[in-house]
Amino acid sequence: MSNILSLTTFLPVLGVLLLLFIPKDSKGVLRNVAFAVTCVTFLVSLPIMTGFQTNADFQFVENIPWIAAGPFVMRYNIGIDGISLWLVILTTFIMPIAVLSTYTAVEEKVKEYMICLLLLETGLLGAFIAIDVFLFYIFWEVMLIPMYFMIGIWGGKNRIYAAIKFFVYTMVGSLLMLVAMIFLYFKGQQVGITDFSILHFYNLKLDIGTQTWLFLAFALAFAIKVPMFPLHTWLPDAHTEAPTAGSVILAAIMLKMGTYGYVRFAMPLFPEAAHKFAPLLATLAVIGIIYAALVAMVQEDVKKLVAYSSVAHLGFVMLGIFACNVQGMTGAMLQMLNHGVSTGALFLIVGFIYERRHTRLITDFGGLSKQLPIFATIFMIVTLSSIGVPGTNGFVGEFLVLVGGFESELRWWTIIASSGVIFAAVYMLWMFQRVMFGQLDNPKNMALKDLNAREIGIMIPLIILIFFMGLYPKPFIDKMEPAVKKLVSQIRPASMDVKPVPALAIETPAAHAAPEQQHESMPAGHQSATPAVNEHK
Amino acid sequence: MDMITIPSVNMTPILPEIFLSGLAMVLLLINVFSGNGKKSYLGYISFIGILAAGALVGAGWNGHIESFSGSVVLDNFATFFKMVFLLGAALAVLITDQYMEREGCNHGELYPLVLFTVVGMMLMASGTDLMTIFLGLEVMSVSLYVLSGFNRENIKSNEAGLKYFLLGAFSTGFLLYGMALIYGATGTTRIAKIAVQVGQMSLPSANIMLLVGMLLMLTGFAFKVAAAPFHMWTPDVYEGAPTPMTAFMSAGPKAAGFAAALRIFLVALPTLQVEWSQLMWVLAVLTMTIGNLTALRQDNIKRMLAYSSIAHAGYCLVGFAAGNGVGTAGILFYMLSYTFMNIGAFAVIVLIGKKGEKNGTVMDFAGMGFKQPALAVVMSIFLFSLAGVPPTAGFIGKFYLFSGAVQKGYIWLAILGVLNSAASVYYYLRVMVYMYMKDPTEEFEWVKITAPIALALVISVAGTLILGVVPSFVLQFAQQAVKLI
Repeated sequence: MSNILSLTTFLPVLGVLLLLFIPKDSKGVLRNVAFAVTCVTFLVSLPIMTGFQTNADFQFVENIPWIAAGPFVMRYNIGIDGISLWLVILTTFIMPIAVLSTYTAVEEKVKEYMICLLLLETGLLGAFIAIDVFLFYIFWEVMLIPMYFMIGIWGGKNRIYAAIKFFVYTMVGSLLMLVAMIFLYFKGQQVGITDFSILHFYNLKLDIGTQTWLFLAFALAFAIKVPMFPLHTWLPDAHTEAPTAGSVILAAIMLKMGTYGYVRFAMPLFPEAAHKFAPLLATLAVIGIIYAALVAMVQEDVKKLVAYSSVAHLGFVMLGIFACNVQGMTGAMLQMLNHGVSTGALFLIVGFIYERRHTRLITDFGGLSKQLPIFATIFMIVTLSSIGVPGTNGFVGEFLVLVGGFESELRWWTIIASSGVIFAAVYMLWMFQRVMFGQLDNPKNMALKDLNAREIGIMIPLIILIFFMGLYPKPFIDKMEPAVKKLVSQIRPASMDVKPVPALAIETPAAHAAPEQQHESMPAGHQSATPAVNEHK
Repeated sequence: MDMITIPSVNMTPILPEIFLSGLAMVLLLINVFSGNGKKSYLGYISFIGILAAGALVGAGWNGHIESFSGSVVLDNFATFFKMVFLLGAALAVLITDQYMEREGCNHGELYPLVLFTVVGMMLMASGTDLMTIFLGLEVMSVSLYVLSGFNRENIKSNEAGLKYFLLGAFSTGFLLYGMALIYGATGTTRIAKIAVQVGQMSLPSANIMLLVGMLLMLTGFAFKVAAAPFHMWTPDVYEGAPTPMTAFMSAGPKAAGFAAALRIFLVALPTLQVEWSQLMWVLAVLTMTIGNLTALRQDNIKRMLAYSSIAHAGYCLVGFAAGNGVGTAGILFYMLSYTFMNIGAFAVIVLIGKKGEKNGTVMDFAGMGFKQPALAVVMSIFLFSLAGVPPTAGFIGKFYLFSGAVQKGYIWLAILGVLNSAASVYYYLRVMVYMYMKDPTEEFEWVKITAPIALALVISVAGTLILGVVPSFVLQFAQQAVKLI
C-alpha cells in the first residue's frame, strides 16, 4: 500500500466523523468505537513496521503539491525513516491504551473526550511523518488544540491555568520557529530550493551567524516542548491537572515531539550552530536531570513526582542527542521510546490509584501492597523500569546515553548526569516504599479493590514491552541504526572526527542487555557511517 | 462661445456601484411606502442585490479599464477588494434581521445604508484619483456614522454614532489636508501623475510639503483602519453600534482603508517607500501591541473584538511596511480571511445577545460548549482562526504577512508580530475557557438560530476552513491583484 502513512494518520479523523453520529448518552458505544478506531489504527500501522527497509532513506513517501502561491510552495510530503518509525508505532500503540484507561475515569462528556483523543492522535502522527517543514508546523500546532481542551475540560482543580499555560508557552516558542522557517525558506530560495522539504534544506550551506539565530529559534520551540530546564514549568502543572489519558499521551508521545524536533530539524539543519550550543544545552540538560530529581524527591503528590521524573528522563535524552555520536544518539532514541512506555505506565498507575482514592498524596497511602498485591507487582516492575534497572528497557537506553556522552566532548557533563541515575532510584523507590509498604493504617485504604481485568489488560502490553526492550532491544536498534548513523554524519562534519571514538565501548551495554547484538548491530565509530543518501534530489 | 464638450464615458468600471446605488434608492422608497411592518424582506432583496453585484464585479476579473479620464479604474486589485466588501455586506445583512427583531428596531433604512457604504468602499478601491478616493471615503463614512448610531433607543449606540462622527470628521480633515498638500507639491490629484511628478523631483524626501502631505494622509488612513495611536474611537464605537453593524464595520471599512492606502502609497509614492515603510513599521508595532495588550483585559466581548481588530490592523500594517508582493498580497488575503472569521464571530455574539444589548460579556458564553456544541465549535473555529492557529484562514494570512516582512529583511517586525500573536492567544482562549471549562452561574439558555444567520455561519466557517486548508487559488488571485498596481 503506497499511502499507508496517510491512512494511519487520518484514520482517527474518520473515527471522529463516526463518533459524531453516536448520541452522547451512549457512553459505552462511544468508548468502544473510539477504542476500536485506535486499535484499527494500530493494526494498520503494523505493516509500516514490518515493511520498513533497514536503510537510511525516507520510506512510504507520499509527495503531492499542496499550496503554491507566490514565493512559497508547500507540499504534502510525508515519509518515515528509522527515527520516526518507532515514534509512529509508539503513538499508535499507546493510543488504544490511553483510550482504554478512560473507561471509568471519564464519565462526563465522553463523546467530546474521545473526539479530542482521536484528533490528538492525528496531530501527533502527522508531525512525526512530515518531511515538509511547513506541514510539520501545521501538525505541530494542531495537536495543541485537543490537548488544550483535554487539560482544560477534564483536568483537576487548577485545570484552566494549566491549560492556558500549556498553550501559550508552546505557542510562543513555535511562532518564533515559524519566523525562522520563513527565513530559512528565503535563504533556500537564493540557491534554488523551491519548496519546504527538509531534505532540500539539509543541503543548505548556511554561514554560522545565520545558523546561530535559526538554531536558537528552533531550539527554543523544541526546548519548551521537551521541556528543558528552565522552560519546564508548564509541564508539572499540565501533568498534575490533566486527566490520566492526557498525562499518558503528553508524557509518552508529546514530549518526544521536542526531542524529535532536535534530531530531525534543529541539529541536522544547523549542525555548526548545534555544536556551538551543545555545551550550553547539555548544561541545561544536566541541570534539568539533577534539579528535577531533587524536586521530585520532595513532592507530596505522586503525579507531580512522576512529572518531574519526566523532566529528568528527557534530560538524559537531550544529553544523548548532544553527544553527537552513534551510541549517544541511539541511546537517546531508545530512551525516548522507553520513557514513552515506562512513564506512560506510571501515569496509568497513578490514574488507577487516583480513581480509587481520589487523592494522590503520598501521605494518604502506605501499606497498599498487602491490600493490592497485583497492583503492587505491576507498580514495582514499572518503577524499576523507570529507574533503569538492568533487564528492563530503561537500562539499555540510559546506558547507551551515558556511554555516548562519556565518549564525546561532554565527558564531565555525563559524569555529573550519571548521579541522576542514583537520584532517580532514590525518589522512585522512596515514593514506592511510602505508598506501598509500611503500615496499612489509613482506614480508607483498607477497602481498596485490586486491579480488575481491564486494568491488568492495559498494563500487560506495557509490561511485556518493558522486558522485551530491556532484554532484546536489537530489533529496535537495527531499524533505527542506519538513520541514526546518517543523522550523526549530518550533524558531525568530517572536521569534528579528529579523535575517533573507540568501538569497544559500546559492547559493554550490549553484552549486559542482549549478548546476541554485538558487532552486527553496533559497529560504532562515525567513519563507518553511511553517506547521506537522498532519493529526492 | 464654445460648448463644453463632455467626453464619452465608459460606465463599465462603476457598473456595480451604479447598480447598488440604484437598488439602495429603490429600497429607501419601498421602505417609506410600506408602512411600519417587519422589514425582513428588504434584507432579502439587499442580499440578492449584493449577490448580483458580486456577479457584476466578478465578470470584470482580469479586465483593465480606466474611465472618467483616469480617475476610476477597473483592475484585479479593485475587483478583489470589491468582492471582500460585498462578502462582508452580505454576511452582515444575513445576521441583521434576527438582531433587529430582538432589539425592536424595525427601521428599514439600515439596508440601503449598508448598500451605500458598500458603494463608497468600492469607489475607494477603484479610485485612481485622490478626489475619487475621498468621495468614496465620505460616502462610506457618512453612512457608517448613521449605522453606528442606528439603534437610537440605546444610549450607547447614540454615543457611538456621535463619537464616530466627530472623530471621523476630524480625521477626514487630516486626510483632506494631506491630499491638498500633495496637490500643492505635485500639481495633480491623479495617482499615476503624482508618481511621475514625484519621480521627477531631484530629492523628494527633502520636499517638506510632500512629506507633510504624506504624513497627514497616513494619519487619515490610520484612523480609518483603526491603527494606533489613532484607534481611540474603535472600542466605544464597536461596543455601542448594533452588533451586526459592528461586524460589518470591523471588516469592510478596514479593508477599504487598506485598499485606498495601498494604491496611494504603492502607486503614487513608491519613491518615498523608504520613508513610509519606516513609519508603517512603527505604526504596525504600536498598533499590534496596544491592541493586544488592551484586549487582554476586556470582559465585554464586543470591546474585546474591537481591540483585537486594532491588533489585526497591526498585522496588516506589517505587510504594508514590507510593501513587497508577498506582504501586500498578504493584506488582501488577510482582509478576506478576517471578513469570514470576524463576522462569523460577531454572528455568534448576535445569537447569544439579549434585548437591550444584554449578554455581551465573555462570561455569558459559560456553558455553551456542552449545551449547544455545534455553535460552540463554530465559535472556536473563528477564535482559533483569529488567534492564527492552523489549519485556519487566519494562520495562512498571518503567514503571508509575516513572510513579507521577513523577505523584506524586517525580521524584528516579524518577531514582534508573532509575539503579539502569541499574546493574543490568551484572550481568544479565554472565551473558550468560558464556553467549555467554566461552570455557568446560571444555565446557558439555548439560543434559536434563524435560517439567515445559520447561512452566514456556514459561509463563514467554510471560508475560514477552506482558506486555511486549500488557500492556493485565493492566494494566487491576491497576488495577481497586487501585481497590477
